[in-house]
Amino acid sequence: MSAVTRPIPLTVPRRKSNRKALRLVLRYVLLTLVLIFAVFPFVWTLAIAITDKRAGTSIYDFPASLFPKAVTLNNFLEVYRTFELGKYVWNSISITVLTVIGTLVVSALAAYPLARFRFPGRNIIFAIIVATLVLPGETTFIVNTLTLKKLGLLGTHLGVVIPTIAGAFGIFLMRQAFLGVPTALLEAARLDGAGEMTILTRIMLPLTKPSLAALGIFTLVGTWNAYFWPMLVLSAAPDKAPLSVAVLRLKGQFNYDPFNIAAGSLIMMLPVLLVFLAAQRYFMKGMEGAVK
Amino acid sequence: MTRAQRRRPAPARSAFSWRDTLLSYAFLAPALILLTLFTFYPLAYGSYLGFTEYGGARFGQGLPPKWIGLDNFRTLFADPLFLTSLGNSVKYLIVVPVLQLASLAVAVLVNKNLPAMPFFRAAYYVPVVTSISLAAVMWEWVYNKDGTLNWVLGALHLLPGGAVGWLNSEYTAFWAVMLVTFWRGFGYYMVLYLAGLQGIPEELEEAAVLDGASAWQRFWKITVPMMKPTILLCSLLSTIAALRVLEEVLVLTNGGPLNSTYTALMYVYSKAFQGFNFDYGLASAAGLVVAVVALALSVANFRLFRDSSGEGT
Repeated sequence: MSAVTRPIPLTVPRRKSNRKALRLVLRYVLLTLVLIFAVFPFVWTLAIAITDKRAGTSIYDFPASLFPKAVTLNNFLEVYRTFELGKYVWNSISITVLTVIGTLVVSALAAYPLARFRFPGRNIIFAIIVATLVLPGETTFIVNTLTLKKLGLLGTHLGVVIPTIAGAFGIFLMRQAFLGVPTALLEAARLDGAGEMTILTRIMLPLTKPSLAALGIFTLVGTWNAYFWPMLVLSAAPDKAPLSVAVLRLKGQFNYDPFNIAAGSLIMMLPVLLVFLAAQRYFMKGMEGAVK
Repeated sequence: MTRAQRRRPAPARSAFSWRDTLLSYAFLAPALILLTLFTFYPLAYGSYLGFTEYGGARFGQGLPPKWIGLDNFRTLFADPLFLTSLGNSVKYLIVVPVLQLASLAVAVLVNKNLPAMPFFRAAYYVPVVTSISLAAVMWEWVYNKDGTLNWVLGALHLLPGGAVGWLNSEYTAFWAVMLVTFWRGFGYYMVLYLAGLQGIPEELEEAAVLDGASAWQRFWKITVPMMKPTILLCSLLSTIAALRVLEEVLVLTNGGPLNSTYTALMYVYSKAFQGFNFDYGLASAAGLVVAVVALALSVANFRLFRDSSGEGT
């Protein structure tokens, strides 16, 4: 193999550039194959969702089902009306908004003293928070369900939200951001008689907006998509389930109408996709700060 | 971020101050209370439950857990379903090397300043931000007996035995579920590898090209060795995730057909919440076994990478 690719001395430049072009083509061919693997399910779902089913088409009629002849938005309206999708959209929004706000508040509050104060026990608290990253969590969901039951929060949105809002990722992300704020600024504010809460809300938070946005967006996407935990907490309260749980139930109910299922799925996907496209750079940075 | 990391927090007041201490704990209180209640307490109490009889009728009558020593573990290792599920979880680790090498290769592919690269990167990441429930809906259509996978394979004459219901056969369901894990994961690891690839000096690559190294050789002789720390981290994350696989199974096959996709955490979940079992004690014990296996594998992962690198990464 290596004999083939080893360049012959005194290669004519022409051949070299030919090989370069070939390599470029090969790269794009591979990239396209991976692209098809990554996005094909979405493309097909989109095609199904906008197909006018009155024409009597089957979703399994290839390749016709990939290129719908008659296009309509009726499936979206139908699934919204017949399945009361609005209710689940509202549940998803409620759970997500509460989780994002809760995570931002708890993380910022905890990160501030960790970044800016020296106090006894600081290192221990640091170690405790790091430990949560490596602790085994295999039985956590069992005990947390029991705890929520005792607190009377099982089957409520708060029950879904509260156990998830304190986490090492958010605290470290915010601490890192706070460390970047110049100390002189804080000293000046203290000399002017500002309290710590004022410093946090008037100086720290405005100056660390990018990190707050990143944390908010990661939390938003994660919460909107979460399936297992909300399913577990809300299993006895099906009317309070978010879209992610309802979509699978939809599948049972509309067993013979894949067009509506596809439409419902896209309704759920749309907000996340928009957020992702608008905030790509946060995701593509690969959470470097968190990993290091 | 690295610059900020290096800067130490300025010791505004290095001496002990009551005001700072009280303030600090007041600010930390919400996080500490929540972490204690929903992260540390479950770990301790869940471990304790593993050695007790709890749940079912006992739970219904409001009785406390009853200490039974190692009985749960004896029950577990005598239960063929648990052994099957543990075996399946270990078998699921096959996804780790495949996923890591593929993600690294994809990262190398998109790590060039060429037209449309940002588009490819973003498109590969879309499955990562897709909910598992949507993935289930879409992939069930793909895997259906009349679905696209059969259509494509049929068109390529790769289906001598006729169309297959990929999630309905005990021979294929396991691999079909694993492919969904792969699909949802490769974009995530690609991004982590991309960050690592920026650290490889370009001259190294150029020198290898001048020496006539093929792309294949450069990948194995330069990229992989240089990326060892990132590969270690990603393999670790991936190993733990694979051993704890649950959601994919829950939404795609619920453990079937014939328990061929029944994983260890599926067993934990099922014992605790499915049917009328509510056997919290046994479920917690099963969770403990998984935790021990996960710990052992993490240590093994470290050893493997440290030894093979020769210089201790």
